[in-house]
Amino acid sequence: MTAVLKHELRSYFHSLTAYVFGAFLLAFVGIGAMMYNIQAAVSNFEYVLSFGCLVFVVIVPILTMRVLAEEKRQKTDQLLYSLPITTVDVIAGKYLALLVLYLIPLAIISFYPLIFAQFGDVYLLTSYGSIFAFFLMGAALIALGMFISSLTDNQGLAAGVGIALILFNYYSVSLSEYVSSTAVGSVAALFVLILAVGAVIRVVTGSANLAYAFCIAGVLAVMIVNFIDPTMLEGLVPSVMTALSLFERFYAFVNGVFDMTAVVFYLSVIGLFLFLSVQSLEKRRYN
Amino acid sequence: MIQVEHLTKYYGDFPAVKNLSFEIEEGHVYGFLGPNGAGKSTTMNIMTGCLSATEGHVKIDGHDIFDEPREAKKLIGYLPEIPPLYLNETPEEYLRFVGEAKGLRGAELEAQINEIVDLTGIAAVRGRCISALSKGYRQRVGIAQALVGKPKVIVLDEPTVGLDPIQIIEIRDLIRELGRTHTVIFSSHILSEVQTICEKILIINEGRLIAFDTPENLKKTLSSDSFIRLTAETTPEGARDILANIPGIAKLETKTEEGGLVSVTVSTNAGNLHSVSREIFFAFARRDKALLEMTLKKASLEDIFLELTEKSARGKSAKKRAGKGEKAS
Repeated sequence: MTAVLKHELRSYFHSLTAYVFGAFLLAFVGIGAMMYNIQAAVSNFEYVLSFGCLVFVVIVPILTMRVLAEEKRQKTDQLLYSLPITTVDVIAGKYLALLVLYLIPLAIISFYPLIFAQFGDVYLLTSYGSIFAFFLMGAALIALGMFISSLTDNQGLAAGVGIALILFNYYSVSLSEYVSSTAVGSVAALFVLILAVGAVIRVVTGSANLAYAFCIAGVLAVMIVNFIDPTMLEGLVPSVMTALSLFERFYAFVNGVFDMTAVVFYLSVIGLFLFLSVQSLEKRRYN
Repeated sequence: MIQVEHLTKYYGDFPAVKNLSFEIEEGHVYGFLGPNGAGKSTTMNIMTGCLSATEGHVKIDGHDIFDEPREAKKLIGYLPEIPPLYLNETPEEYLRFVGEAKGLRGAELEAQINEIVDLTGIAAVRGRCISALSKGYRQRVGIAQALVGKPKVIVLDEPTVGLDPIQIIEIRDLIRELGRTHTVIFSSHILSEVQTICEKILIINEGRLIAFDTPENLKKTLSSDSFIRLTAETTPEGARDILANIPGIAKLETKTEEGGLVSVTVSTNAGNLHSVSREIFFAFARRDKALLEMTLKKASLEDIFLELTEKSARGKSAKKRAGKGEKAS
């Protein structure tokens, strides 16, 4: 694992990726700090982070697009498979390298509240609570980006899909207001979702029967729930969209709440996508 | 050293390797021969742990590649068909990463890198970016990568493909050199290459092992392919009659030529071709029939390879051989 970690870090600093990522993050947070803390003279650094998290939409996919896609394209994944290291080592090493890259600009950002505290009253607890949540949210998005990169050998595609998904996640709360909250709307949305997941199962596992079984079971379950108690389905889609939003949970920290459920949520998202990345890499051995 | 037992691999419904079993002993150069798509790369990928098997086992020095991958992979150095190189690194950085991943550290790692760089002849380019290297050098860096960690077995998948003739000779010399200290398995679809370097040859076709022996033994046991082709002034029936009682003739094919001539292809399994050709000469002489032309063709490994792969492919080797004989005469 340390070998992969060192190798990844070296290659990031060889190329521009690390610098572009760091520069974008610092520039965006810097602009935010100038607008809120200096121009508007607000003493809450967390507002800057809440403004700055939009930058993740662009920089996380840029950072993660090549992490596994490039290995596949250059066929260097063959080397990783033949070395006496496990797939878990590979994914853990690569993920830690990404985290290190992310922590460097974040370490610089961590000084900002202290600097501002020299000139006024800064709520350091909420500031650092928010920086912590900012780190966790970024880490979760990086895990997502890495998983997307593991699915393809095309960097551009990985970046595009990454941007689309993170952007959707960013706006999912606002979008949820426009989504139908009736039971019928939920049933329709669930059907579409079940079919989509079925299609993914079909493509990923190659087993048509499994996909059909999943779709039929899912549709039946939805119909039974709808038959027994339609009120259970009311407002389901908007609330799911809100619940899945990584950004929405971050705003709780900005508002001064150290939300443990959000911490657990971020850690679960990280765990889930790292697990899926390992599986995605393992799958190539079993094609 | 390596035991492959009942290895089977399906890609979807397509069987790439079917019930393949063989055992490889320590300290030889083994050639893995087969036409394109025979399952060579698949077998090598499974042996080195890059691919799963549908069924069967591979044991490296007693360690199962699926159950104890770490121990087994430490014993193997693998160069896949496309050298897995990070193009934006220098050979030195690349080898350092591979060494660290194989568990080497500090002075030991440096010493090994220096040794391997010298052995593979990439000392001059060790500080240059791999993307700027020629194909021959890239192949050497790929081989160097396989050597890091001093594995007992080195598996090379078509190491000479795409190189120019001089580079091919250099890589072959390197393989021969490595064979002195390692067990080397390398695949190729070029027979002469395997013949010159290997002590033992595995021939594989359509996912099945069809021969596993030394080049000499393969020739000996399969020398039934030797041919004598002759043209004589007689009829096909006459030629058959003349040749009827000659010992050592396995098969006869006749063909009428223009001007009252007949061409005959005699297949023989006799070890000494000259004793047969001598008998043929005197047989024609006794009947007063002119023997205008006679060519001997000893079975080369090429023929054996073709015959074996054809036979296993369609079971029509005899037909093919006859066809070949016609073309040659």
